[in-house]
Amino acid sequence: MSAYNTNYAPPLVNGNQAGLLNGQPPTQHQQQLLLLQQQQQQQQQQQQQQQIQQKPVQFAATQPMQYATSALPQLNSNVMNKYMPPPLNNAAAANLRPPTLNGPTTAAPAAINGSNGAFSANSSRTASPGLLRVAAAAAAPPPPALNLSNKPQYAGLHPQQAPPPPPQKPMQQPQQQPTQPMQQSHQQPKQQSHQQPMQSANPLGNLSNNMQNLNLSQSNSPAMTPGGPIVSSPLSRKDFRGVAAGLAGPTAQLDNTGANTLLSSSGLAPTMQNTMAVPFGNVVPNNARPATVFGAGGPQPKMADKSQPSQRPKVMYGVPPAGIATTPNWEQNNNAPTVMQPPPPPPMSQPTSFPPTSPVSAAQMPPPPQTSYAPTSQASASQAQLPPFGPPPTTAPPQHQARQYPYTQGYPAQAQPPPPLQQQQQQQQQQQQHAQKQQQQLPPPGMFGTQQQPSSAPLQYQAQNAPLNVAQQGFSRLWGQDTIDLMQNRHILTPATLPPPKIVLHNQFHESINCNPSIMRCTLAKIPESNSLLQKSRLPLGIVIHPFRDINSLPVIQCVNIVRCRLCRTYINPFVYFVDSKMWKCNLCYRVNELPEDFQFDPATKTYGDVTRRPEVRSSTIEFIAPSEYMLRPPQPAMYLFLFDVSIIAQQSGYLDAACAVLNRHLDEMPGDARTQVGFICYDSYVHFYSMAEGLNQPHEMTLLDIDDPFLPRPDSLLVNLKECKELVKDLLKQLPKRFAHTHDPGSALGSALQVAFKLMQSSGGRITVFQSCLPNKGPGALEPREDPNNRSSKDVAHLNPATDFYKRFALECSGYQVAVDLFLMNQQYSDMATISGISKHSGGCIHHFPLYQRTKPHMVDNFKQCFKRYLTRKIGFEAVMRIRCTRGLQVHTFHGNFFVRSTDLLSLPNVNPDAGYGMQISYEESLTDVKTICFQAALLYTNSEGERRIRVHTICLPVTASLPEVMHAADTEAIIGLLSKMAVDRSITSNLSDARDAFINATIDVFNAFKIAQNLPSGQSGQLIAARSLALLPLYILALLKHPAFRVGTSTRLDDRVFAMDSMKTLPLDQLMKYIYPELYKIDVLVYHARNANVSTTQDDDDDDDEPLPEVPRLQLSAEHLDSRSIFLMDCGSLIMLYVGLNVPADVLDKLFGISSTAELADYVYGLPNVVSAESDVLKRFILRLNYDKPDTSTAKGQFIERLTDDRSESSLSYYEFLQHIRSQVK
Amino acid sequence: MAFNFTAFTYIVALIGDAFLIFFAIFHVIAFDELKTDYKNPIDQCNSLNPLVLPEYLLHIFLNLLFLFCGEWFSLCINIPIIAYHIWRYKNRPVMSGPGLYDPTTVLKTDTLARNMREGWIKLAVYLISFFYYIYGMVYSLIST
Repeated sequence: MSAYNTNYAPPLVNGNQAGLLNGQPPTQHQQQLLLLQQQQQQQQQQQQQQQIQQKPVQFAATQPMQYATSALPQLNSNVMNKYMPPPLNNAAAANLRPPTLNGPTTAAPAAINGSNGAFSANSSRTASPGLLRVAAAAAAPPPPALNLSNKPQYAGLHPQQAPPPPPQKPMQQPQQQPTQPMQQSHQQPKQQSHQQPMQSANPLGNLSNNMQNLNLSQSNSPAMTPGGPIVSSPLSRKDFRGVAAGLAGPTAQLDNTGANTLLSSSGLAPTMQNTMAVPFGNVVPNNARPATVFGAGGPQPKMADKSQPSQRPKVMYGVPPAGIATTPNWEQNNNAPTVMQPPPPPPMSQPTSFPPTSPVSAAQMPPPPQTSYAPTSQASASQAQLPPFGPPPTTAPPQHQARQYPYTQGYPAQAQPPPPLQQQQQQQQQQQQHAQKQQQQLPPPGMFGTQQQPSSAPLQYQAQNAPLNVAQQGFSRLWGQDTIDLMQNRHILTPATLPPPKIVLHNQFHESINCNPSIMRCTLAKIPESNSLLQKSRLPLGIVIHPFRDINSLPVIQCVNIVRCRLCRTYINPFVYFVDSKMWKCNLCYRVNELPEDFQFDPATKTYGDVTRRPEVRSSTIEFIAPSEYMLRPPQPAMYLFLFDVSIIAQQSGYLDAACAVLNRHLDEMPGDARTQVGFICYDSYVHFYSMAEGLNQPHEMTLLDIDDPFLPRPDSLLVNLKECKELVKDLLKQLPKRFAHTHDPGSALGSALQVAFKLMQSSGGRITVFQSCLPNKGPGALEPREDPNNRSSKDVAHLNPATDFYKRFALECSGYQVAVDLFLMNQQYSDMATISGISKHSGGCIHHFPLYQRTKPHMVDNFKQCFKRYLTRKIGFEAVMRIRCTRGLQVHTFHGNFFVRSTDLLSLPNVNPDAGYGMQISYEESLTDVKTICFQAALLYTNSEGERRIRVHTICLPVTASLPEVMHAADTEAIIGLLSKMAVDRSITSNLSDARDAFINATIDVFNAFKIAQNLPSGQSGQLIAARSLALLPLYILALLKHPAFRVGTSTRLDDRVFAMDSMKTLPLDQLMKYIYPELYKIDVLVYHARNANVSTTQDDDDDDDEPLPEVPRLQLSAEHLDSRSIFLMDCGSLIMLYVGLNVPADVLDKLFGISSTAELADYVYGLPNVVSAESDVLKRFILRLNYDKPDTSTAKGQFIERLTDDRSESSLSYYEFLQHIRSQVK
Repeated sequence: MAFNFTAFTYIVALIGDAFLIFFAIFHVIAFDELKTDYKNPIDQCNSLNPLVLPEYLLHIFLNLLFLFCGEWFSLCINIPIIAYHIWRYKNRPVMSGPGLYDPTTVLKTDTLARNMREGWIKLAVYLISFFYYIYGMVYSLIST
């Protein structure tokens, strides 16, 4: 943490400012909100009925605030609990519940479904064929218009080459696109100086041109703009300080009054002005800011004390008086450098409360509290006029306030005064009035020139051009059919957009419980009835599936004959139709089958009777213990063979120590029965075998010199029974690292080693684990280095394809003999992952990549050990096959994942592991007009480690619809992203990377176009980008994908890393994939606050939320604007959790959390959490546990952290807002 | 009425074309089997791949004969097919042995459909050219 001071000082500054932003608006908002509530309550207490009805609506309105203003979480969460329609967790839990647990025909499921039905009609996920088609389109442009548009779009993508068009426009034609926040923010300064935008535009033309770059950056984080550094942040991350200083310099010399004019005349105006002017003009910011620091999440309710605004900071901290004392101190210290700044206005109890910026920038840049203020002041028409909000900003010059827009647009959610709980209508009216007044009062030319209206309605509704009445809005929201204008709602990551849409079935299956979304999801929760309808929606149709997921309560049944359809071999499932007690109709092929006699026997109650009580019919995820018909041969024992690369490079990296140690420790925990066998082979230029025959008191090594024609030196005792020879095995594992510690053999005969390994495993099948640390360069399968290190950031990425098919052929051979090959690549240099990974890709294995592994890097060693331990001890299924069946009319088009496709619907998986996910694209064979539901069934037949043959069956049932809007509203963005990423990987391999990138963008544009058509929205450039709520996150995720190592260009990316990232896209299960693509960012101050307030000495051992639930920690969007030097942030990247500790985090918090007294004690990279016994650290640990990671590995590396802030702009890529603008300009 | 080189060429072309038709039929059948799950794609590819080059070579050989005897029209109608064959083989997936078909991708619906279509089209082309070769043979036999 401290380490990045020097390097990353500017971002810290940003953080401060961001914090200000975040912090202030919320508090003010709350005040306003409360005040408003009071007012209204007093005024109108009449219509209680309306209130009740409007509650959900209101919740919606408050929602956007949650993320925009991180200070509100608790409030929101409360509201959520009360009013949020779909009790997500409950529903999920209910789904998870094994059907047998529910009473025979209990009301429970009914209730759940009922609630689902009531609250969200569109729960299904949908996917659409987008990529392929789009890609095809790109290749041979289908709609001419689109094609034309493609070009500019590209230019837009690379701002450096040609300044992105969208930002330019606004500058030159301010009045035309007033709605866009960034533009407005720039224009404001002008407006201030020259009241008339039109006139000012011309004189400032040159300036504006100069500012284009700045604009870009601002667009990135409009909310943050006020602070100089923030502005520059996206632009020049590398050279942060320089920019910051440059900006700051002039500012420092300006005084408050002069600031505006001076700034406005300079190109830097917008940013500068922000920094200077407001910070001191406004008292409010100071007060509010502390809130952000620690109160971020939860404290709000407590703060709600309106009477004592000045005290708030203290309350916010949740720190007892003593704590307060501490905070001012550090604040003062930090403030000291900012000498030239005018004294903060009197009302501020703590003038010093300015966010302590990092030492470097503190003096230069006065923290711009104004930023925080701006949103509120401008927030909305109504706010400006409401007298009693918050601490009266008396000191701030009124005009100034009125025009401090920069952020309003950026924070639209904040800007809108959240309609108090009651009487939205009235409030709306009020707001409108206010708005009108305001318009009259302030002629904000640039802002509202062409704008429709300063929208007073909650943002969501704003999107809909025609003002709907409240009831309609409420209903559409209730049914998940509301829309969002993405241009207005930049902070889109609200809870409402996150959960997958619910699947609502018709009456017939109303009570049937669908497959858990974490196991199987469809990209569309409602299936379009025909291919043409699907094409119109431009969405991809497919399913993503995680079939072997670890499940807590899985109904397992053993029966004599498993009931299956005689025609299509579908397993009986909850969605079949029982003609009578003796017959059932298959839901996939519609054949009527007989029920066997014993099916009426209920194993749970041991009685005959109702067939619907059978677990097969009650649960859509079920496991059968298969009888002998399902075995081609006796179930194989667990067989594990380990191949270690012991060449000199491998020895230098020193992975063998760690691997052997982990192996030694967890030998007993590897899944398997008494027949389990293990073996070890090492290879450098030669292949070394280890014989552990009976009677030997230590393992014997045999070395095979003839690597071109490998053979087994002896037929037995190379693979030995683990139980019988455990001592020998342990002995060997101890000796191995020493044995090769001094080899200097640069060769690596991977091919030969694999061939002998295959010979060893051929008879039984099993798992081969390969540790490879360099390019295989000896014997069969030798490879040449292909990567050109100088080309790592070029646009055309070559060599994504394998160089030879040796490894693929080997994998196919293995697959035929039920052998899977898993690869651990711990390379120091280019190792041609693209080629080597073939051994895993086609044999159902998994790939792990530890680039630049070194024994001297403790975090890598830890990471590897954790990963390897999980790998060894997790469940495993041998000789598996998976078949995907779908209702007649659909077929699986393409499979994604690691496997071998043995026939059109059958995947051969020599091994299946719980961390493997798969994706399938679905295509139409015929129209579905005459069916109401369609089903997908995935059946996984495998041998478990105890030698039992089992079948795990997942069934998902989805309704069919003929309405295009319904399809669009039922889209499941996460599943779509999952599928699109897989399709894009295919595309970049078969075609090239830029095609795949284009396809992403085109897919997004097409979807929004389609939605426009579906909603009958007016075409043309309206300055809006309307999205269904279900699809609101699509651009966000697409942008993250474009910046992901797998698909990014312009940033130096090692080929191996890229290939591995691509493979991860193909194989990660959806939940992990989403974190991989778009990490979850939390501000964990809430937890600290929570721990302090709760004062409960929590017991260490309960990580469930049983006794004391953790507070809701809001997710933040991945933008530096949310960072704040006084807070601690946690980023969850799936395999990695990073903690970002702000420079100015109060010492007591540091002490409690990490056991250190100041950030200076933290090294740049710290791995692992220290063991500090305190409530705070306990809460943090529990939170991390809840995030469910097997690898809690924390580091504070800012570079890595920043790299994942995908909403922001970088040298070669667009910010989220720019991307949105690009999309909007492309949507006709 | 004379038995010249041209007539000989057409006779050879007739016989060769009959083989090509068999190749095409086999191709279609093989992919139909794949589609209906009768065959393992590895086996199927192993049986199809060795036939690809012989088919192409036979076709090129026939066209060399046309070239030598100056049957320009026959040559012209075959040149596109030769070009397609060359293009196809240049763009084949990475594989060490001869052949075109990769068992890991051959079952993709797109690939499968394309191969099926290619088989049918080739079959049609070969059949038509078969009759044209008969005509050419008779014509060359009776013309002089």
